[in-house]
Amino acid sequence: MTAPALVEARGLSVAYGPAAPVLSHVDFTLQPGEIVTIVGPNGSGKSTLLRALLGMVPGTAGSVTRAPGLRVGYVPQKLHLDPNLPLSVARFLRLNRKLTGDEIAHLLSRVGAPGLEERALATLSGGQLQRVMLARALAGNPQLLVLDEPTQGLDQPGTAAFYRLIEDVRRELGCAVLSVSHDLHVVMSASDRVVCLNGHVCCEGTPSVVSNAPEYRALFGLGTGGALALYQHHHDHGADHPDHPHDHETCDHDH
Amino acid sequence: MIIDAFVLRALGAGLLAALATGPLGCFVVWRRMAYFGDATAHAAILGVALALGFNVSIFAGTLVTAFAMALMVSSLAGRGWAMDTTLGVLAHSALALGLVAASFLQGVRVDLEAFLFGDILTVQVSDLIAMALGTAAVTALMLWRWEALLTATISEDLARSLGLKPEREGMILTLALALVVAVALKVVGALLIGALLVIPPATARVMARTPERMALGAVAVAALSVVLGLMASLWFDTPAGPSIVAAAAGLFVLSLGAGRVVRA
Repeated sequence: MTAPALVEARGLSVAYGPAAPVLSHVDFTLQPGEIVTIVGPNGSGKSTLLRALLGMVPGTAGSVTRAPGLRVGYVPQKLHLDPNLPLSVARFLRLNRKLTGDEIAHLLSRVGAPGLEERALATLSGGQLQRVMLARALAGNPQLLVLDEPTQGLDQPGTAAFYRLIEDVRRELGCAVLSVSHDLHVVMSASDRVVCLNGHVCCEGTPSVVSNAPEYRALFGLGTGGALALYQHHHDHGADHPDHPHDHETCDHDH
Repeated sequence: MIIDAFVLRALGAGLLAALATGPLGCFVVWRRMAYFGDATAHAAILGVALALGFNVSIFAGTLVTAFAMALMVSSLAGRGWAMDTTLGVLAHSALALGLVAASFLQGVRVDLEAFLFGDILTVQVSDLIAMALGTAAVTALMLWRWEALLTATISEDLARSLGLKPEREGMILTLALALVVAVALKVVGALLIGALLVIPPATARVMARTPERMALGAVAVAALSVVLGLMASLWFDTPAGPSIVAAAAGLFVLSLGAGRVVRA
């Protein structure tokens, strides 16, 4: 239980320029193998926390400690894909990394996107692109998989399928998964721990603890309690949420 | 058939410019920096005027002003004005200031047309040496940083997660751009350097399946444009710089047709 943390932040504050800090006094710890989701409204500093934890933006106060030699697989929020940049999936996977054709084929079939090697990246669907980015993140056999709003632009079945894939991958590799989402519907049930962020840590705990926490409800409203239905419907199946009919449509996937 | 030495020097200069502009031009296209390239190139006229005024090498003067201009554009980006407004202000101001500054140079005969549209047929051996050094520097930068530049172009976050510094890669592109402006000034002139940066990569795009082939294709297209443009210039007595760009434009139109065939 007291294995050294993969990433640890103590009293972390981040500000961009002279403006009010995006994050203030955040304490955060990630243990090996943990699945942690950071949720929060737009502008709550979710992505900033992720970047600060990875050392991509400097903190203005506090400290961030990463395990020595930590292998991180990072899935960015989006790519800047100019249509005039001819880039195949295989070449994208090889950017700054040496991979054989076999390794690429294996990675692609691992993420459920076999045979895409020669496709141009710009022609992939949103779901295919997410899988390819995940394949890239897995290439270095990461101890920590980091996903920044990974299901943006995916529909609900696509989102559910993508998160199932993440869970499979995690079971296989035993890596920790740190993701950012305002996509509470799916992510929460897959998580060991949810951190609710709004410039500071509002509350954290298991998905059910957080979804019942008054701080969380104040931030997201009561209605989202039904959001857990998609994945954790066995926990709160009895509850009926007439204001969220969509969640029930997608329940079918897990029955 | 005897080829005059000045034609060979012109050809050498043109091919060096093709080698320097091709790979960098691809990044100009991929990162949508076409106006950035224009602004940097226009600053070269101010560099020429300053170099003549202070009696230093035109190559060095151009290099320094173009780099200063590129730095200024980078630092002004995102300060309230849209990028194309900032570039529009700076590019045209630099050009106008350069032309005004050149008019103050008394006693020195400044052939402005040569700097605006190039003067490849008067290239001297000393020019060629400076251009070769500049091209070697640009090529070395491109080869050294290729993967990092490509990664930073596709996603700055992805680059940062790999420990790369996108800001530094941007600075390397800026430096390479200033070098290319200094190299290509004699070939097509300040007003048409932007064309040499954008048209060959756009032409090569149709056939290219990888970033590397697009870069090599851009060099090949630019080199062919130089040969065709020079031949046209000698046969029809047209100005060399604009003829080279016109040849590139012709190849671009042909590539559109070829692209249609490839897709069909």
